[in-house]
Amino acid sequence: MVITDETIEYVGILAKLELSDEAKEQAKKDMSDMLDYVSKLNELDTDNVPAMSHAFPVNNVFREDVVTSGDTREQLLSNAPEQKDGCYKVPKTFD
Amino acid sequence: MKLTAVELGKKIKAGEISVADAVQSCLDRIKTLENDINAFVTVDAEGAMLQAEEIQRKIDSGELTGPLAGVPVAIKDNMCTEGLLTSCSSKILSNFIPTYTSEAVLKLREAGAVIIGKTNMDEFAMGSTTETSFYGSTQNPWDVSKVPGGSSGGSAAAVAAEEVPYALGSDTGGSIRQPAAFCGVTGIKPTYGRVSRYGLIAYGSSLDQIGPIARDVTDCATVLEIICGHDDKDSTSYDADRDYEKNGITDTGNDFTSALVDDVKGMKIGIPRDYFGEGIDEDVKKHVLAAADVLKEKGAVVEEFDLGMVEYAIPAYYIIASAEASSNLERFDGVKYGYRTSEYTDLHNMYKKSRSEGFGDEVKRRIMLGSFVLSSGYYDAYYVKALKTKALIKKAFDDAFEKYDVILGPVAPTTALVKGESLSDPLKMYLGDIYTVSVNLAGIPGISLPCGFDRNGMPIGLQLLGQTFDEKSIIRAAYAYECSREYKRPELLTERGL
Repeated sequence: MVITDETIEYVGILAKLELSDEAKEQAKKDMSDMLDYVSKLNELDTDNVPAMSHAFPVNNVFREDVVTSGDTREQLLSNAPEQKDGCYKVPKTFD
Repeated sequence: MKLTAVELGKKIKAGEISVADAVQSCLDRIKTLENDINAFVTVDAEGAMLQAEEIQRKIDSGELTGPLAGVPVAIKDNMCTEGLLTSCSSKILSNFIPTYTSEAVLKLREAGAVIIGKTNMDEFAMGSTTETSFYGSTQNPWDVSKVPGGSSGGSAAAVAAEEVPYALGSDTGGSIRQPAAFCGVTGIKPTYGRVSRYGLIAYGSSLDQIGPIARDVTDCATVLEIICGHDDKDSTSYDADRDYEKNGITDTGNDFTSALVDDVKGMKIGIPRDYFGEGIDEDVKKHVLAAADVLKEKGAVVEEFDLGMVEYAIPAYYIIASAEASSNLERFDGVKYGYRTSEYTDLHNMYKKSRSEGFGDEVKRRIMLGSFVLSSGYYDAYYVKALKTKALIKKAFDDAFEKYDVILGPVAPTTALVKGESLSDPLKMYLGDIYTVSVNLAGIPGISLPCGFDRNGMPIGLQLLGQTFDEKSIIRAAYAYECSREYKRPELLTERGL
């Protein structure tokens, strides 16, 4: 499968990655090779096979909605690249 | 330290070795070998000594009586350890100090383990060579020009070099079993759900499992017995109260050390013919089949069969693992923790630049592939197709386990490769995972243990696979094989007078 400039651009947006022109060309080639390789799965007839997300049945697990963790704001913020007034600080997002 | 984890635990309990001495001995070994091996991202000498004091006190007072009390351990750097750098060997987490400890590590600590440090790995566990680490590659103790395997290459190399008696690794597509094989040590990838994933930095959540890497089967079974069990914080962890039987799933129990018996009489072992086709090294084939003969002589019923689906495992795996990775790694955006780029114009630009500068090539490759196969228009053709393939792979294993207790084969088609060989061609590296990835797709347990050496003196791994929640059969078979095999240490150690 040929990966076009538009596709790699689109994937960059989905993946939130910014690629140099050189990296973009490499990514196009790598993705194309990989997709050609995985298309081997088309040899299999899977029409009547259900998609399996977990290898054996797992069910939803419910519990009462009770707070069990304490106030860990300070600890959590200790890893923030930037913080202000007990919140994560990010660049301005709207005017 | 030549002692295994359980042997050391006994000596500590008997008062023959103090915990502090055991820790110091590991630290000395690390100091001597790390320039050559580079198995660790972080060595916590000071913290380990403090833990040693506390644990010694608890042993002396009779509070800690378990088999691994006081025994040092190394933890793969993708498991959160409170107050201790947890980098996933990535630049993007190169400043991340977790505020909590992963459940498996917590259980070890409660059993009296001393955390010596955090081991090197492929960045975000994506790779089979430990060469994609932000902290430089790890070298194989058997030949430092070769890779230790991956992604738990640091854990396997540290155990092989006897820097620590045992370590924890994680296995998404072979990341415990393959480095264990390449480094001549033993590792278990438990059934999916056997060990809590809480605090394990996610790669492919439906595939990831934590497991032990150690020098023998006894150590691995002992460690697994400690770290297994249900955890409310990981709802996919196995809960015996849930009705698995209804779905035809039988848990043979988590008293793994009770399976350490040298008896395989009547055990039915199947060897997939399709594991020995094109691409397998002759020495690997010879030694793996010789191991099967050993089990046969001990009374196991060994026969060949066609497993099927082998060639479809790698394509299905890379679609599913990359898809899950692209979703799991969304969280690294330079806001809550980790690396943030220094210059940016707006929020989106900051996300993009932080991620592009923080992630390495292999991680980006998998995030992009995953984003693509999940994108509208391609989702059914790739992602759903892979999930259907996974169902067929699981069925192939289920059919096999109707006839056999254990499936026997190689861990990898070759022994450890020369460093740098596979990085240039990712697809070639992926093909080395042919015998390991299907195990994660099917959720079943597997053990990897040494079964000989190739013409260049590099270790070969034997892989034994069991049915869902039947680790005990593979532990029993592995133990029986091990009883007739000598453990060999890397020559590097004798050369250094260690």
